[in-house]
Amino acid sequence: MELISPTDFAKEKVRSVQDYSLLAVRSLGNLFNRPLYIADMVQQADLIGFGSLPIVLAACFFTGAALALNSASTLDRFGAMTVIGQLVSVGIVRELGPVLAGLVVAGRNASGMASELGSMIVTEQIDAMRALGTDPMKKLVTPRVASTIVMLFFLTILGDLLGLVGGAFVVRLVLRLDTHQYWNSTWQTLEFSDVFTGLTKPVVFGFIVATIGCYYGLTTKGGTQGVGLSTTRAVVASMILIIAVDVFITRVLMITLGS
Amino acid sequence: MSTPILPIERSSPVERRPPVESVLFENVELSFENKNVLDGISFRLARGETKAIFGVAGSGKSTILKLALGLLKPDAGRIVVLGQDVNAMSEDQLFELRRRVGIVFQESALFDSLTVRENVAYRLLEEGDIPEAEIEKRVREALSFVELEHTVDLYPSELSGGMRRRVAIARTIITEPEVLLYDSPTGGLDPVTSNTIIELIVKQRDVYKTSSLLVTHRLQDAFTLGTHYFDRAANQMKPLPPNSRTEVPMGFLILRDGHIIFDGELNELRETQDAYIREYIS
Repeated sequence: MELISPTDFAKEKVRSVQDYSLLAVRSLGNLFNRPLYIADMVQQADLIGFGSLPIVLAACFFTGAALALNSASTLDRFGAMTVIGQLVSVGIVRELGPVLAGLVVAGRNASGMASELGSMIVTEQIDAMRALGTDPMKKLVTPRVASTIVMLFFLTILGDLLGLVGGAFVVRLVLRLDTHQYWNSTWQTLEFSDVFTGLTKPVVFGFIVATIGCYYGLTTKGGTQGVGLSTTRAVVASMILIIAVDVFITRVLMITLGS
Repeated sequence: MSTPILPIERSSPVERRPPVESVLFENVELSFENKNVLDGISFRLARGETKAIFGVAGSGKSTILKLALGLLKPDAGRIVVLGQDVNAMSEDQLFELRRRVGIVFQESALFDSLTVRENVAYRLLEEGDIPEAEIEKRVREALSFVELEHTVDLYPSELSGGMRRRVAIARTIITEPEVLLYDSPTGGLDPVTSNTIIELIVKQRDVYKTSSLLVTHRLQDAFTLGTHYFDRAANQMKPLPPNSRTEVPMGFLILRDGHIIFDGELNELRETQDAYIREYIS
């Protein structure tokens, strides 16, 4: 295996960051330029939103249930079982709901985007598109970015709800506690900062998932093997970036909102 | 037998005017990953002329077509297509030029999620301001040219390789381009299907007078183009009569190691004394 020099490695990484940044900026900039491919946006919204709905709901439901179970044993030691609803609520809405929905959509859709666009690259369909007068960024990337941002926002809201429902199931069926108190405390404990934080994250995560998926797809090289590599890298990169960016967003919003 | 009507009939040398070029490459250079693919490439494609480009695999033949269309940018040199400097144009500016230049890709590059109708009509649909009835009419005409009207509702995966190639040609000619770029249009096809594709190219050349660059590995395809014409009355390709005064506007380009080692006509190719070229065409 030929070793790459550190200089070439560094240049390659800087070039990748540059190319990704250009793609990301253009994907949003194209929303203000014609033509706008509304039909493609709606189609992508259906694939990303409705297509991911079952798995997002399932993941959030079971995570909410697991959170309630795990926190119950700790809270019981301090005689604080009554706050279980608050703990589940804040945990799901601020953090677990958006991150889980983001990771699920990253695994499902970043891979789909990378493989679809990568296949188009290796079969020269992207070149054909350019030759026929269509900007692939406007036709393929911008609709995916816009749709993912919008759909992940709503998927997170529904995922949060199912997470709370999962917690309620555990409270009622396992812990044998009053769900009326549970639901009251989940609702009353939430503050503006919790909801704002929990709904800002999916916007950023949606942007990450779509731009990473499209970037790896459009930079595919090397035939079908290259498509496989791009798909894997898109999933890994988007997941890592979601988790890393989550920390920064949480901290920034904590400082901004004073929570 | 009457002399066939051909796109260009050479009159006396005194009356001959220098042709205006459709494509001009001047000292074009391009490297990929530190490897020189094209090194000082210069040639002209006259209006109405067809030029066949030969070379071993990796010699940069397909790259020349992509450069002509602005899909790639050269490291150095100048490329002028239909009087416009391609290097100086942005991607948005190139979209308008690409309306006048068509390309048939090596593997057809049909959009596999669209039907044949949607593929062929793609550019017209993208323009957005053409009535549906007009689009349908032009799609039928283009598919009729390649004799594939019956496939209009099929998907590319349901077509054979030859049929996909013909649909790709239909998609390219629907806007009546002035220049056509063919990237190995008969690659991987059987002789009968290859002959069908070559007949379409001859028909396009002789009926619509387009200028063409044809990348091919098959010498017999280029020789067929140079020795045949399209008889409109009979609606088929026929060999040029021997001793005919007229000529088909056909040139040959051979690449080797990033350079052009031959740029001339069929009779010059047949009479060349270069050992590599003689071995190549033997």
